[in-house]
Amino acid sequence: MAQPLEKVDHRDAKLALAHLFVAFTALALGGFAGLLQTLVRSGKFELPSGISYYTILTTHGVLLGLVLTTFFIIGFQFAAVSRTTGALSDGSRRTGWIGFWLMTIGTAMSAFFILTGKASVLYTFYAPLQAHAGFYIGLALVVVGSWVSGFAMFAHYARWRKTHRGQASPLLAFMSVTNMVLWLVCSLGVAATVVFQLIPWSLGLTDRVNVLLSRTLFWYFGHPLVYFWLLPAYMVWYAVIPKVIGGKMFSDSLARLAFILFLLFSIPVGFHHQLLEPGISPFWKYVQVVLTFMVIIPSLMTAFAMFATFESYGRSQGATGWFGWLRKLPWSDARFFAPFVGMLFFIPAGTGGIINASHQLNQVVHNTIWVTGHFHLTVATTVVLTFFGASYWLIPHLTGRVMTKAMNRLAIIQTIVWAVGMTFMSGSMHVAGLLGAPRRSAFSTYGNSPQALEWIPYQIAQAVGGTILFIGIILILVIVINLAFFAPKGETEFPVAEAAAPYERAALALENWKLWIGLVVALILIAYTVPIIDIIQNAPPGSKGYKLW
Amino acid sequence: MHIHKYEKIWLAFGIGCLIVFLTVVGVSAFAAGQQPPSCLTTIDPEKVDTTPPFDHPGLVKKGDKEYELNIVVAAFSFTPNAIEIPKGAKVTINVTSKDVIHGFEIPGTNVNMMVEPGYVNSLTTTFDKPGEYTILCNEYCGAGHHMMTARIKVVE
Repeated sequence: MAQPLEKVDHRDAKLALAHLFVAFTALALGGFAGLLQTLVRSGKFELPSGISYYTILTTHGVLLGLVLTTFFIIGFQFAAVSRTTGALSDGSRRTGWIGFWLMTIGTAMSAFFILTGKASVLYTFYAPLQAHAGFYIGLALVVVGSWVSGFAMFAHYARWRKTHRGQASPLLAFMSVTNMVLWLVCSLGVAATVVFQLIPWSLGLTDRVNVLLSRTLFWYFGHPLVYFWLLPAYMVWYAVIPKVIGGKMFSDSLARLAFILFLLFSIPVGFHHQLLEPGISPFWKYVQVVLTFMVIIPSLMTAFAMFATFESYGRSQGATGWFGWLRKLPWSDARFFAPFVGMLFFIPAGTGGIINASHQLNQVVHNTIWVTGHFHLTVATTVVLTFFGASYWLIPHLTGRVMTKAMNRLAIIQTIVWAVGMTFMSGSMHVAGLLGAPRRSAFSTYGNSPQALEWIPYQIAQAVGGTILFIGIILILVIVINLAFFAPKGETEFPVAEAAAPYERAALALENWKLWIGLVVALILIAYTVPIIDIIQNAPPGSKGYKLW
Repeated sequence: MHIHKYEKIWLAFGIGCLIVFLTVVGVSAFAAGQQPPSCLTTIDPEKVDTTPPFDHPGLVKKGDKEYELNIVVAAFSFTPNAIEIPKGAKVTINVTSKDVIHGFEIPGTNVNMMVEPGYVNSLTTTFDKPGEYTILCNEYCGAGHHMMTARIKVVE
């Protein structure tokens, strides 16, 4: 070990850690809300009077879907950018802190109105259910804060490129920038509906709201949102995992190409969440269904790259036969094991996604608890297990500590607990959904309807799974607190893989942002211009606000 | 850009499947008419009670074995909430909401659509099996969301 470890600047480390701290706090609270939901829905448990199932459900969705993910991702990306392109400038770091505080204040504000029962509108806040204006303003601050942080990353990246002309940027920096571009372009939609429609309407400045326009703007954001969650997991898979296992990255250029394809095809696709809605012509729904399926291509590329990396490494270690390389992988290293289990869960998760977005099949599962089962595989297993796996080196790297063998063992157990709990919970959600059980609903037998009685055993299985998952949350919190405050002092590597193949010119062409952003805008205009004009021109009378909780 | 031979085979196979899949879905949508419910008719959500056909919600016979079922949805009820349909009837279901967004689902069938204020939504289905069916709301609409239900009885 002649060379010292390349480290994230300690001031940048603080910024990243602040984000991770909020993220794991959100996990603790949101996870507890999730436990309560599964217990209520089993029919065997009731919340104390005065606490509504839907308040708890809103808390769960906002804290885990929006807060945990966004804070973890921005913290991770600040660390990744600082690690690969050098310490942030004072200006960029200060901008990052402004972003952090805007997001934190916004989160606290929205949380206050949710917990006081003034915003039980779920994390999708569909008008004309009308929350307190403070809830929407808080959400707007979260989004604006994330933009400010995005600009800090863009500025840092632009400075790097200026001083490294003719070079392709480090992969992790490129990927972070791609993800923030994706986030910025898509969150314009949710910002538009929140700032121009919902805030004035909830303040009483306007009487009525165009419901379909608001939903359409929400889903213009809502689907790319899930790719904003997924891409940082892919960053770990592509750029970190090969180094963790001791191998090389399969192809640097193909990794970049996959990210550009995700950028292009994750936005003009929101209608596949609105397939069963009136007011949107089936032709435009189908156009967006086709665009939705284009993301299968970079997903297949990613699957290939991962398994090619694993197999190449195994064979380099002398593995023979078809599957001999599997035995060479470092199964007892939680930094590998947790993300690997996440990858395995992505196989059924992705398959379910294809079903959901299919023009006609959607009707069978739309708004059933199948969908909840689906995204508990994608975001709550694939993405979250990868984030946990990244935390096992990222947090000690940032705090100047090392993960002990005991903590590593606990992390392996945590991963297994998570996989078992999720198999129960998500599995029974999928089956109950196929039998017609609705999502986002408190326990009900619908007047002892024979169909609803069929769902109850699956709802009990969900509560069993939810309880196991909550144990998983306690375990991860123990590990994270240990890594942050109690683990022995020392140096932990921030692993960054090298590419197996020599440098290719293509990598440079993939940084032609004018071209890619131009294409993104063109695809969005093609997919959305005509239907949005239709929605506005043929709008019915708008809706007043309702507070029905 | 260098792409490994196996990756080319893998992607060609994947993209090939994708093309076949989207063609099947597309032909089924545009040639066979299997489209998701996408009614474009608008309505004033505050005048639902005075706008035909929702001023007299219920089952209307339109022809031999052909019916129209008009249902008004509001927090937290379906009107009417007890419906009898003869077995084998081809029923076009029209729904609209008087207040917020609701869902209209009949578990055990493919009947599933969003109900949004300002719009009528519609789909056609055939009730071939006699028995009791449940209508429920599958889009969160407020405190009584999970109590929102109605019954359909399909009779010989």
